[in-house]
Amino acid sequence: MVKEIERMGFPVVHMCTVVPISITVGANRIIPTVAIPYPLGNPAMTMVDEKELRRKLVKKALKALETPVTEQTVF
Amino acid sequence: MGIKIVHYINQFYGGIGGEDKADYAPEKISGVKGPGMGLQAAFGDKATISSTIICGDSYFNENIEAATEVILEMIKEENPDVFIAGPAFNAGRYGVACGAVCKAVSENLNIPVVTGMYIENPGADMYKKNAYMVETTNSAAGMKDAITKVAALALKLGTGEAIGTPEAEGYMARGVRRNIICEDRGAKRAVDMLIKKIKGEEIVTEYPMPTFDRVDPAEPVKDVRKAKIAIVSSGGPVPKGNPDHIESSSASKFGKYSIVGIDDLTPENGETAHGGYDPVYANQDLDRVIPVDILREMEKSGEIGSLHDFYYSTVGNGTSVNNSKKFAAEIAKDLLASNVDAVILTST
Repeated sequence: MVKEIERMGFPVVHMCTVVPISITVGANRIIPTVAIPYPLGNPAMTMVDEKELRRKLVKKALKALETPVTEQTVF
Repeated sequence: MGIKIVHYINQFYGGIGGEDKADYAPEKISGVKGPGMGLQAAFGDKATISSTIICGDSYFNENIEAATEVILEMIKEENPDVFIAGPAFNAGRYGVACGAVCKAVSENLNIPVVTGMYIENPGADMYKKNAYMVETTNSAAGMKDAITKVAALALKLGTGEAIGTPEAEGYMARGVRRNIICEDRGAKRAVDMLIKKIKGEEIVTEYPMPTFDRVDPAEPVKDVRKAKIAIVSSGGPVPKGNPDHIESSSASKFGKYSIVGIDDLTPENGETAHGGYDPVYANQDLDRVIPVDILREMEKSGEIGSLHDFYYSTVGNGTSVNNSKKFAAEIAKDLLASNVDAVILTST
């Protein structure tokens, strides 16, 4: 899906936990996330800390969307 | 006892549990378990599965290096003649685990390895060069056939018997070239092939070219503060009640869902349709899968230009590559029409 959307010219940032799969399918901008059932959260944290963690990951993703890349890049 | 074999399976086939037990740490038990029984029956007295290693699929994929190390140690203690993993069919995390463990065993312990999975399993592309990987059906309905082929390869590897071609033995080509004697010389074979081709007859190449399907990275957005961002996910996020009935695996469709007026996802307005991971955490707070809450705040504070009014979602669990391509092409068309600048795609 990442590839087909990027093919149309959109920069796509792939946020996922199993980075080797993302590399195999051909994502170009990759953000490693927390865990398979909760990529953008952590139920062991307090709500406040969890949201802060999510904010950090989203910020990283936005930064990746602003970054020129010439090859598959794990941020 | 013949050939000594160690077998690797996941928490499901190990009888530990389903997705709720996918974080199960590696455990070694003596003897056979689950599909190991079928393998043992196929071996008869020619080989014995001395022990079985069970590991949760999420545990393995979230801790690839550490889990591999522990499992490698367990296998080393047994010192088997052959190592077998799976078969994993179309279970993605299981396939990756089988492939990764096979690669580690082959490289570090120099023990022959056999596994099996469906051709579209991500583990296939990643590891088919590192193991004899039997091509299976996409579901466990093909267990019997998979077991027969895996067992035959394991016995041959254990006794040092020569392994036939990928076509003859049913494993995926590993890109290994071997010299063989042909009756006709190369020039004649090439001309024969050309004539067949001109006649429109079917030809079989002697050296298939690898296929690389890569998309060049798109240009970055100049300034996210002015950009319209859209969310797409293969983690199955849907409005509460899954209105389009997106299937929990092998999805036949995607959904497009409005988030107009939604600042936060809650158990009341969102859940996951995905059947390939423990849904408890996503159902408690779907922002853990698609970060609507944060992007909404960033939209208000001006950190992003705007958040697209809709998110797009499907279930990546066992969904065919063809369907995924089709969904994404349709989604991309819609994004284009909506003047979206960039996409955050989340996967579980």
